[in-house]
Amino acid sequence: MVSGIRNFVRESLFSSEQSHYNGAVEQLEALKTRLLRELPGTRIALVSNAAVPSQGSLAVPPSDARAVARWLRDTPDLRLDFCSNVTGVDWPDRDEKVMVRRTVDGIEKEVTEVQHRPGYLEVVYHLYSVALGGGPVILRQRTSNRTTDVEVASLTPVWRSCEFQEREVYDLFGVRFSDHPDLRRILLWEGFRDHPMRRDYVPPDDYEYEPTPHDEVLERAQRHRASQEAPR
Amino acid sequence: MLGGGILHGLAVTAKNFVGSFTDPERLVTLGYPEERAPAKENARQFPFLVFDGADPQAGLRCVACQICEKECPPQCILIVKSKTKKPDHLGKPQFFPATFDIDLSVCMSCQICVEVCPFDAIKMDQEFELATNDRFEGLLRHRDQLARPNAHFQKLHPTDAAAIDARRAEELAKAAAAATAAAAAPRKPAPESPPAA
Amino acid sequence: MNPAAAPRTFEVRPSPDAADPVHDGSLLEVSLGPQHPSTHGVFRMDVVLDGETVVKLKPVFGYLHRNHEKIAENTSYLGSMPYTDRLDYFCSLTSNWAYALTVERLAGLQVPERAEYLRVITAELTRLQNHAAVCGFLLQDMGALGTPLMYAFRERERILDLFESLTGARMMCNYMRFGGCRCDTPPGWLEQARSVVTGFGAFLDEFEALLSSNEILLGRTQGIGILPRELAINAGISGPMARASGVAYDIRKVDRYGIYDQFEFRVPLGDHGDVFDRYMIRALEMRESLRILGAALQRIPAGPVIDPKAKLRGFRPKPGESYGRIESPKGELGFYLISDGGPNPWRYRIRPPSFINLTILEDLCLGRSVADAVVILGSVDIVLGEVDR
Repeated sequence: MVSGIRNFVRESLFSSEQSHYNGAVEQLEALKTRLLRELPGTRIALVSNAAVPSQGSLAVPPSDARAVARWLRDTPDLRLDFCSNVTGVDWPDRDEKVMVRRTVDGIEKEVTEVQHRPGYLEVVYHLYSVALGGGPVILRQRTSNRTTDVEVASLTPVWRSCEFQEREVYDLFGVRFSDHPDLRRILLWEGFRDHPMRRDYVPPDDYEYEPTPHDEVLERAQRHRASQEAPR
Repeated sequence: MLGGGILHGLAVTAKNFVGSFTDPERLVTLGYPEERAPAKENARQFPFLVFDGADPQAGLRCVACQICEKECPPQCILIVKSKTKKPDHLGKPQFFPATFDIDLSVCMSCQICVEVCPFDAIKMDQEFELATNDRFEGLLRHRDQLARPNAHFQKLHPTDAAAIDARRAEELAKAAAAATAAAAAPRKPAPESPPAA
Repeated sequence: MNPAAAPRTFEVRPSPDAADPVHDGSLLEVSLGPQHPSTHGVFRMDVVLDGETVVKLKPVFGYLHRNHEKIAENTSYLGSMPYTDRLDYFCSLTSNWAYALTVERLAGLQVPERAEYLRVITAELTRLQNHAAVCGFLLQDMGALGTPLMYAFRERERILDLFESLTGARMMCNYMRFGGCRCDTPPGWLEQARSVVTGFGAFLDEFEALLSSNEILLGRTQGIGILPRELAINAGISGPMARASGVAYDIRKVDRYGIYDQFEFRVPLGDHGDVFDRYMIRALEMRESLRILGAALQRIPAGPVIDPKAKLRGFRPKPGESYGRIESPKGELGFYLISDGGPNPWRYRIRPPSFINLTILEDLCLGRSVADAVVILGSVDIVLGEVDR
């Protein structure tokens, strides 16, 4: 029943409880070593970040992801209980120029070589700690390619906040999450064919007349006109 | 007392009801369209092109550099550069836009075209009563409809316009000084110190 | 004029299972929305009812989806700034700030002190007008038709007038730039802002006297839609909604972004996590915002408002990624950017607070009546521009 007006404002404690984890490069390396020690058999790779060094990340294979996630959430001095952001990134196949050491005519030297890097899809998780105020710890799961094997482990059983966000990644990128409770499209309608956030997505010809076409819009207008004139 | 909270709230309503007839602070409704809120200097609606002098063709500041066309986020500007050139305010020959169309149905009034324009040629208008019954041609503004005199700009954004006018007058004075110096130079060549440009 | 659009195909959903209780008529399936006035936009709840009781509720959205992220990946960094206004159209300035903050972190830009003050002032004004409007809408959903909403909107309009004279637009402000703000305050703006802030305190007193002790309001909100603290954290709930459940998490305090460490303010926390707490937390947060605003308007220094090194055109941050987040009025608003060194971001992601706050809508509504579900949705505070993106 009605309990009347309540008393709310309390001085909340923020300054006293600061976590030691702030994402510094050494701390991330220490975290990786510790994870490898405590969860033997997991494969974890460090991904450095040139622009913001304090936001490096840990790449985890989908088979180990849930164990690592549980450990990060439940370890008393980390307590990453708040999964803030889940998102996908599409990395299409591409040819990269890399410097390689090669022995040419008996002399070892640096040569630029074009290497084919197969594409993959990536799911990125940003973790924070509400209990201790630390973060972000960034987890990445990668699929082995972009077409046949697009499955990663769902972290919804660990953090409920992944539920809608993983559905969104599935909807827009086409990553499948194993053991997700309700993996359906979320922003697009059922029956939509493709995954529009992929870099190679071709939008349907839903051209609408625009009076000021140029660049891409002009190309689209021309394509549309051609398709209209072509015999069906 | 049960119901006390409701009575308390009704007292506030009563106070407001009476106040809304007497207290100028609470008389917030304007009888649009007869009454209008005072225009704010920074307010922006849709872009227009500024021209100097009386002739919108000759005085148009735009030199068809197409920066705004490229930077416009929804791509609502279409510029076709002229084949010929016309003199700008300093007398330098410049291109001008043969076509300058803005599709107001696409424009989102973000002012980025104004910010990136290096020639102070495009500015934001404050006209908002643009309802029309033709969705396409009715909201498409062509160059001659977009061109507005500098006096219009001065009326809408006095501070901004004054600063720009002062800068342009300074540029003009410098150019004039350089021109007279250049005209004077061949007749009486100064041996060492060239005229300050 | 307009050539007919190519026909689209839609798949037809399979007919319901014969064993489905909805199908045999013992339960009733109702589609609440998307054109329902209580859903705050084009939002739909697929509700299964047993009598008047909700037994299943699935939020359905995407009606306003325009794939803002894809648009931004094909636009320059600057070109996305006006699009961020259209995310949460009630709070364009905080969306601007979150995006500018992330890009500044990515590119290593510094913000002059006056610009930081202006950001705090505009963000807190945004919080005031958002919370005022939300409280008004929530009361409207409970049947307090018109009056409280109009009081709130009258006050909100004063703040929007301030925004218009500062940024040029009432709602689509497009005010922040990488490395500062677009323009300085017009003459007399700060005095005007001070008088609005003073008047807002009086409005809050009046607003609370109007309804906060109203017995009907207490009966409709207390004990309704209880969100436990642990679930709130685990489900990533942020902002006033999490704090109403007793989660002491405010990014202004935790991350100390901008210059929030220079201001004294308290963070109100609720004990019960019900609709009433969510309503009161917003009212109390407005008071704390007034404290911040009072100090900021008093201490704002003179100086430039934008980093002179910041480039407007041809902005290309070096390769890398950054995640930036701020405490927007709805919760934690984050931006995640990956740069490949080009003029457009390679990946541009928004972490929308109201989208994630909807995760637990079903949990809150189960076992309650439809009228309660409407009130619970009102207390979540969603804006569909942000949910659907």
